[in-house]
Amino acid sequence: MISLNVNQKNYRVDADPNMPLLWVIRDIIGLTGTKYGCGVAQCGACTVHLNDEAVRSCVTKVSRAEGQKIVTIEGLSKENDHPAQIAWNEENVPQCGYCHSGQIMSAAVLLRENPNPTDEDIDAAMAGNICRCGTYLRIRKAIHLAAELQRKGSASK
Amino acid sequence: MGDISRRHFVKSAGVAGVALWLGLTAKGAAGKRSTLAAAKNFTPFILIESNGQITLYNIKPEMGQGTYQSIPALIAEEFEVSLDQVIIKNTGGEKEFGNGQRAGGSTSVRGSYNEMRKVGAAAKAVFITAASTKWQVAENTCYAEYGKVIHRPTGKSAGYSELIEEASKIDLPKEPKLKDAKDFKIIGKQAHRPDIPIKTNGSAVFGIDVQLPDMVYASIERCPVIGGTLKSFEATEALKMPGVIKVDKVERIVGIYSFIGVAVIANSYWAATQARKKLKITWDTKGYETYNSADYDAYLWKHANEEGMVDKNIGSIDTVKTSPQNTIDADYETPVIAHHTLEPMVCVAKVTGDEVEIWSSNQVPNLITGAGDNDIPALTGFKPENVKYHNMFIGGGFGRRLYYDYIVEAVNVAKLIDRPVKTLWSREDTTKKGPWRMMTFSKMSGTLGDDGKLIAFRHKVIGPNFHESLFKTFDKTRLDPSMVEGIGTQDYQIPNLRTAYVKTDSHLPGAAFRSVVSSTICFPHESFVDEMAHKAGKDPMEFRLNMVAQTSDTWKLLQKLRELSNWDKPLAKNKGRGVAQWKFFGCQLGYVVEVAHDPVTGMIKIDKVTALIDLGVVVNPDNVKNQIEGAVIMSISAATKPGITFKNGVVEQSNFYDNPVPRINETPQIDVHILADGGRMKGVGEPGVPPFAPALANAIFAATGKRFRKMPFDLQVN
Repeated sequence: MISLNVNQKNYRVDADPNMPLLWVIRDIIGLTGTKYGCGVAQCGACTVHLNDEAVRSCVTKVSRAEGQKIVTIEGLSKENDHPAQIAWNEENVPQCGYCHSGQIMSAAVLLRENPNPTDEDIDAAMAGNICRCGTYLRIRKAIHLAAELQRKGSASK
Repeated sequence: MGDISRRHFVKSAGVAGVALWLGLTAKGAAGKRSTLAAAKNFTPFILIESNGQITLYNIKPEMGQGTYQSIPALIAEEFEVSLDQVIIKNTGGEKEFGNGQRAGGSTSVRGSYNEMRKVGAAAKAVFITAASTKWQVAENTCYAEYGKVIHRPTGKSAGYSELIEEASKIDLPKEPKLKDAKDFKIIGKQAHRPDIPIKTNGSAVFGIDVQLPDMVYASIERCPVIGGTLKSFEATEALKMPGVIKVDKVERIVGIYSFIGVAVIANSYWAATQARKKLKITWDTKGYETYNSADYDAYLWKHANEEGMVDKNIGSIDTVKTSPQNTIDADYETPVIAHHTLEPMVCVAKVTGDEVEIWSSNQVPNLITGAGDNDIPALTGFKPENVKYHNMFIGGGFGRRLYYDYIVEAVNVAKLIDRPVKTLWSREDTTKKGPWRMMTFSKMSGTLGDDGKLIAFRHKVIGPNFHESLFKTFDKTRLDPSMVEGIGTQDYQIPNLRTAYVKTDSHLPGAAFRSVVSSTICFPHESFVDEMAHKAGKDPMEFRLNMVAQTSDTWKLLQKLRELSNWDKPLAKNKGRGVAQWKFFGCQLGYVVEVAHDPVTGMIKIDKVTALIDLGVVVNPDNVKNQIEGAVIMSISAATKPGITFKNGVVEQSNFYDNPVPRINETPQIDVHILADGGRMKGVGEPGVPPFAPALANAIFAATGKRFRKMPFDLQVN
């Protein structure tokens, strides 16, 4: 049995230690917001936070995550109100929507590390996340808006 | 989404039949069937419940193109409800919703525009009659707004749900009065799509996300050589792997082809993939192991001099005098490409006796439950009435999910076990197994008159026909108009024009790709028009405008595009602009692309894209812009990234590392403009693809003098 903390909830899962975290999260724990896209850390659809850092869960063995803090898209905010989520809604970013859990999880780390990213910063941070529908322009716009919301939010605190 | 299974119909009704679908449901009380109000006429598209809940049914699968908003918006506009007060459900091929349950050909909104508005208008009329009867006031003193009927003189009001009893006794009008466009509250306005919130918090349920109690997983090994099939397999090692439940052969039917693979069923997807590696399989490759892309390309060029099947033959092209001074001949090539929907092919199926229940993400639910020879029931051996389908959110369609080979295969897997099974393709499976967008090659020839205008133009398309790979009924003696889509029907007035198609044989399973054959044949056509403009020493925009009537759609489009793109404003050195437009199956769009060439590194950068789409009428302008922005990215992909190639019968590419798609750092500025002047309504999803590649190639030529006649373009030009 492997102990995991996902979205501040403890789980004990019966899984092969080599099983990628992605499949544990999706098929055993049952949180399906995290997506499979490539299985080889090329597309970013499976991005989750492991100890606050963005990782590709499709190539992260579950044993590496044992006892550590995992956050998935379902746990990013309680009310779909992380600045990135608000901005994604405001800018109507998604088309099919399949990649956006991963996009938002990557963006959340960028926004924490760099509260005022330029287009170049965004491109560098987000180049690991593929959107086949091609919503990249809106992702850029939404990250700028999220940065603004974040700054306003922290200023009002 | 969700809860489709709890839906029940009071009475079946054809799509065309007007009816009112009123019900009282016990919300949340599983197993307790609702008591339904006495119902006279029903429309399956609207459900009003006594608790005030209003549900609108969307018959056009949502794959990112926005039908989850745009189709219900048509009903809501006339029914006088707001989309934020309703629940929207996607349909799954139920008979009640008719044959319109498919998304393809950029037809969803324009094909539903009148029908869905009538559904809403008829229902509204009934509720107004119901209220006026109940209140014993004149109908014309009542109006509807935000899900309520209001009596204008007194301000008295009643919600639709309070009027169910009265409404159920009233016939729906067959030709209800539709609103005047100036009174629209939803159509044509900026709107947030209701599927966006659930796509930002992980709660939208895609095909891959379906979870059922007791569900198991399958991964399938298929013959690496396309065209090959199973000879024998040995699963001793695979069966010893942890979690493995069963290994057996399964059939996949894609178009006219049947392939047998080996399915591993296990208690987790990961376990199935691990055991799959341990299978020992002997394949029958049927001679296809000698198939190489380079040989096939040579075969296509060998056939390029055949006359082919003639499409348009205007004037007397063979009598036009040609000379090196006035004529260009050119050969163009495009590759095979994979759709690469980010959600791989996936399907959950559960067989119980002679019934099957299916959950997947697919563009054509009407064919999943349909009764035709090529529909799922016929292909899997179930009676149509015994097939129950649930269509989930689609993680990208682009034409790939017009096909249901993966559903046939998953149903066959489900026949092997008495539990629900999720059959999931890996990225490698989706790259390597098709069906793919086929290549076309084009042989072009153009001649200028003394006045510098095009007097003769030939476009011959050479390549396999994807329809031949899809349908046994394909008639190879006749010209398939899809293969020459648009090349003979642009607004250009050329006195001598010949378009033709040489069909070549192929064993590859072919597919439509977003914009279908226009996705490959617009590139040579509109690039070659540019070549002829330069040959004539004319500005390419001016050259085109001089070829079209001033009353034509293309004149209107290009004039506006010229202005929006600042076409006539000179650019700095090493920069160039290119223009292209395309008119095809009821759509039209034009691009001006601006590129910059770095003479030191040789790199071409796309600076700016100006798009103008002619729609006539627009339902959700922001969504249209999103679609075109995305089409630009998808077209950059098709034009500049390597395609699918074969060596010894096997696809050489595997995953995004060797079959890349564009990333955010490759995204140019894209300005999308919409022409919505009330003219004929046109489509949105596909027109953004065809003219992008030629506009880019034309811009690169303008900046560098380098002419690309073959995809993928190498963006390093030295």
